[in-house]
Amino acid sequence: MNAYQIIVCGSIVPDPLQTLEPVAGAAGPALKNEMMLPAILDPWAGHALFEAGNLAKNAPGSKVWLVSLSPKAKLQQVMMTVAQKVPFELVALDGPASGFTEASEVAAALAGAIQTIPGLDKSRLLVFGGWESASRGAGVTMQMVGEHLGIADQFQGVDQLTVNPDGSLEILERIEGGKHQVSKCDGPPALLGWATGNLPEPKNNPQVGMANMRVVMPSLQKAKPVKLAGEGLTFAGVTLPKQLRTTRIVKDKSPAEIAQEIVQWIKK
Amino acid sequence: METILLLAHVETDGLLAKSARESLFAASALHTAIPGSNLFVALVGENVQAAADSIAACPAIKYFGATGAEFGQSRYATDAAAATALCKAAQATLVIAPATSRWNRVLSGVAQRLGGRVDSHVTGIAQIGGKPTVNRWYYRQRMEAVLGRTQRPWFMLVDPGSQPACDCGAGKAAVELVPVNLADVSRRTTVVGIREPKASAQTIRPDSPLLFVTGAGWTKKQADGQTHVPEAEKLILDFLNVTRASLGSSKSLVDLGGEGQAVLPFLSHLNQIGQTGATPRHAKGLSTCCHGEEPHTVGWRFIGERRAISLDPNCGWARGKADVLYVADAFAVISSVNALLAANP
Repeated sequence: MNAYQIIVCGSIVPDPLQTLEPVAGAAGPALKNEMMLPAILDPWAGHALFEAGNLAKNAPGSKVWLVSLSPKAKLQQVMMTVAQKVPFELVALDGPASGFTEASEVAAALAGAIQTIPGLDKSRLLVFGGWESASRGAGVTMQMVGEHLGIADQFQGVDQLTVNPDGSLEILERIEGGKHQVSKCDGPPALLGWATGNLPEPKNNPQVGMANMRVVMPSLQKAKPVKLAGEGLTFAGVTLPKQLRTTRIVKDKSPAEIAQEIVQWIKK
Repeated sequence: METILLLAHVETDGLLAKSARESLFAASALHTAIPGSNLFVALVGENVQAAADSIAACPAIKYFGATGAEFGQSRYATDAAAATALCKAAQATLVIAPATSRWNRVLSGVAQRLGGRVDSHVTGIAQIGGKPTVNRWYYRQRMEAVLGRTQRPWFMLVDPGSQPACDCGAGKAAVELVPVNLADVSRRTTVVGIREPKASAQTIRPDSPLLFVTGAGWTKKQADGQTHVPEAEKLILDFLNVTRASLGSSKSLVDLGGEGQAVLPFLSHLNQIGQTGATPRHAKGLSTCCHGEEPHTVGWRFIGERRAISLDPNCGWARGKADVLYVADAFAVISSVNALLAANP
């Protein structure tokens, strides 16, 4: 199998178990106590990173970069865990990871960072990322990164990548109704926005972590600051939904009685 | 003056999907709300005439088409070229499109090419002071924003199921075919086919009125101290067969397979709802053996009526999220439900 240069784009998001509350900030909406919230690597970006690590392991000579636009102090915390999963080199950009940032500006920053990676060979380039984030949740950033890089073979909602013996790529993308579209691409360069893939989360490997952190820390120290202006974007409001429903608790009925009630409800 | 463009692709039968008609409804409503605006329609596909004719009675005053065998396939390179050419031909300032997997893949790239902006997962389009606004959710359906933009073209990908479908009638539409220069378009990708479970094994049914959510409790030890996975499998599949419900699952149940634990073999990540899964739209939802936040808040955001079966009366995730919480053994209840429905379908 040929060697690949695999670049994974991924940012950090608040731990999904946290309660999130929007607040109006000077530069637009933000999350209350955003910098205090524990963070994780964005889940779908995580799947992309694990798939990249697995592909690199099976294609000797391959290398994985993780390009991340995040507040570097928070990113450093997240790297303590993520760096133990798979070998990669971090390219850090110091900027907001808020869901309210403008995707096109984020894409421009990520593409700019990718283009500065020394020795980048487009003929071996695979750009990975999550197909959506858990913050903006738009699924639009990766395509724009691809456009900046001139990559016209793009796939979103990817669950499987297979490298054929002739070097071509077979890709399964999620489409409507629980189906997958199967596409064949001649080879790199290509951009893949990953859904969940097929791999479990790798176990922490302290040796991988130590090797990664030797590069992670210098990368964080020299992380280029990025300002996202959100030009032309205005939020008229950000509100929490009315979440609470009045729940009727039914605990004194037999299974048969409950079943009768459920059947009536289903048929209603 | 805004030029509103409904941008849709035709299906394999040459017609428009319901999601395209929903976007047309949103586009028509915005056209009505913004005086002086124009409404155009642009279609992509191998042949678009039948699709254009099917909505010929809508308020659109012009129809554009990008046609040819290359556009019969859902592929980034050709779709991006076609959508770019159509938006340029229409000189669109607002592009409203259904958030199908095909358009989700490509339209943000097209916005980038045209120097525009894009918002996806749009659940509402309105206007404030004559300027368009969209509603969309952030942080996986945890908060809803209303936003506006000054840049044009502004692409709005409308979530399927969030709008009524346009019921405008058929007629004869004059479609202006727009040439797409494919000389410089990558042809390195070929769509090989569609992979789907056998009809009998297909458990994801977006059009079903009912979502049935299974949690990890189905595979855990029951009152007798034993697991009953084969029994759970039969109960769930029987329920799906008699109700034709769509099957959703919590992340924990889907992930069990990767952890070497007993699994329900018909579940995959495609069934997963919640943080790293889908947020489907169904009129009703019934959750069973779920004890997490994900299925009950994120995954259930767009479910109308919600009921849950759980052994825990104090389940903090079901209380306040479900309309009814049945404190009972899901094995016993679903078994009775199946028997009742089988006797009186």
